[in-house]
Amino acid sequence: MFGYYLRLGFASIKKNYILSLLMVVAIALGIGASVSVVTVNYLMSSNPIPHKSDQLYYVQLDSWSPHEPAREPNDPPDQITWRDATNLMAAGAAFRQTASASSGAVIEPNDADVRPFMASIRLNFADFFAMFDTPFLYGSGWTDAEDQARRPVVVLSKEINDRVFGGENSVGRSIQIAATEFQVVGVMDTWQPVPKFYDVTTGAFNDTEDVYMPFYMKQELQLSNGGNTNCWKSPEGEGFEAFLNSECVNYQFWAELPSEADKNAYMTFLNGYVEQQKELGRFERPLNNRLSNVMEWLEYEEVVADDAQIMLWVAFMFLFVCLVNTVGLLLSKFSRKAPEIALRRAIGASKQDIFYQHIVETACIGLLGGVLGLVLSLAGLEGIKLLYGDFMQNLVKLDLTMVGFAFVLALISSILAGLYPTWRACAVAPAAQLKS
Amino acid sequence: MLTMQSLTKTYVTDNVQTHALREFNLQVNEGDFVAVTGPSGSGKTTFLNIAGLLETFNQGTYTLDGQNVSALNDKQRSKVRNEKIGFIFQNFNLIPDLNLYDNVDVPLRYRGFNAQERKRRIEQSLERVGLAKRMQHLPSQLSGGQQQRVAIARALAGEPRFLLADEPTGNLDTKMAHSVMALLTEINQNGTTIVMVTHDPELAAQTQRNIFVRDGKVSETTPELVVTDKIAV
Repeated sequence: MFGYYLRLGFASIKKNYILSLLMVVAIALGIGASVSVVTVNYLMSSNPIPHKSDQLYYVQLDSWSPHEPAREPNDPPDQITWRDATNLMAAGAAFRQTASASSGAVIEPNDADVRPFMASIRLNFADFFAMFDTPFLYGSGWTDAEDQARRPVVVLSKEINDRVFGGENSVGRSIQIAATEFQVVGVMDTWQPVPKFYDVTTGAFNDTEDVYMPFYMKQELQLSNGGNTNCWKSPEGEGFEAFLNSECVNYQFWAELPSEADKNAYMTFLNGYVEQQKELGRFERPLNNRLSNVMEWLEYEEVVADDAQIMLWVAFMFLFVCLVNTVGLLLSKFSRKAPEIALRRAIGASKQDIFYQHIVETACIGLLGGVLGLVLSLAGLEGIKLLYGDFMQNLVKLDLTMVGFAFVLALISSILAGLYPTWRACAVAPAAQLKS
Repeated sequence: MLTMQSLTKTYVTDNVQTHALREFNLQVNEGDFVAVTGPSGSGKTTFLNIAGLLETFNQGTYTLDGQNVSALNDKQRSKVRNEKIGFIFQNFNLIPDLNLYDNVDVPLRYRGFNAQERKRRIEQSLERVGLAKRMQHLPSQLSGGQQQRVAIARALAGEPRFLLADEPTGNLDTKMAHSVMALLTEINQNGTTIVMVTHDPELAAQTQRNIFVRDGKVSETTPELVVTDKIAV
């Protein structure tokens, strides 16, 4: 009977095509608005590295002022100092670890036709690539030895390699960055974790960096600070080295800890490290070190913005209003069909048959609304991109999950909207209709 | 075939009670062709609706083809309507968007027949009413008499044992009315029991039995009828 109901449904849609179109548009508007906003929320709250997000831990050390916490009520700062970053790296207590920071410098291509340009830089250690499973188009990351030797090596993003080397395999070739000659050891393939979990301090949805280079290059080349730098007291002395040795925080630190035992052991190590630093006159606050896995860290940093959640509720309210309109239109449509329903009842259709027939028709309208809604949601996402600019560009992509979600939402919404009109259709008294 | 005993039907609207049927007793035997006449508001249509399980009643018992239908639920009543009863209405009640084939197909769909069996029955019943060549026509492309023939074909397709006709010639001119009446007579002669509500005494005279309904009761019957006010169980 399903095929029969489907045929009747589409025939009915075709017969009252204006009324049907109004319903499809009403559902599509609701679906379009909801799916657009849900997509943004979904991508904001998605797990960027699901297969190992519970093994990667962000490190927080409470090196802040003894008089006030870095963040109320008693949270440590969300970055660490240069001193702590390099000390933790030197200790190497985790299975893998990397400190990292952002910066920027001018690239001067050898090709005279390509003008020098400013590039964003990620300063990190060798483990960064293995920890975060970065994909490589050519070559690989550098080695621990190259980190320690402070060798001028770089990994380029695909875009920079395309721009400077025309997309060729540039491994082994040299490139001028910050007036220094670097050797290319790897070219990354497209890599854009959403959210950009490894550094959310400067925007969780920004693009990944153009160039990756050893962390100590910051000191060697005196590269500028990128992202947020927070200090609770002024550096002691003048100059770049004084800043590096200050209590200013500007560095992220990640540790890969495969098991719970590794995590506990690392926390013990961190506490021991801080106790040691206390003896040196630092870390004047009580022990307050934190290890947060990827999802805990994203939640702590409130990556899903409050206004995005408010927009989500507004969108669902809008969908509700659209569905209320659809209920009205369905009531009108089904009431016109009362004589036919009465006839079908008289010649053998049970209330259940009538219910199925009309719920299938409603579902057909819902699916059509879903298709149009998907088109509208694409337009909606473009609108969001226009409204918020580059900040949102990594959050406005529909994937298969969201397409499926759009259809399921359209189907469920339309069936819910159709329940009352369908129930009314089932309640038609055949005798009264057939005589009229 | 059909036995109604002490049937009562009361409509209540805004504290006003209207007795449509009171102590209504009737027995229709297999193979009967019964005409039900009476003034407007006498209860003829209410009787027909109850007989066709389109309405329930307040008191009494109703047995159809040996089955007490008083306590059936909606699904069971629908099944009885589909399998045992054929309906013919004054205004034909064809579905305007469906062609003749699909109109006749409607009750067969609810019966659960496969496509081959449905096709056989549809073609056979349209053949029987002389419209086999117009299967793909829409009802609006037919005359009133032809539309009523389609309605009869729809009623016959399920091979019911019992036909209920509500003023089947009421919307037809005399010539078409006679043609439809002749078709009903032929159907009855082939063994189908028919109960027909009509205002037309001339049509009623063509049936085997006449029942006159007044004030919700069977008040007069033709002498040879096996119809009583009280039937012993």
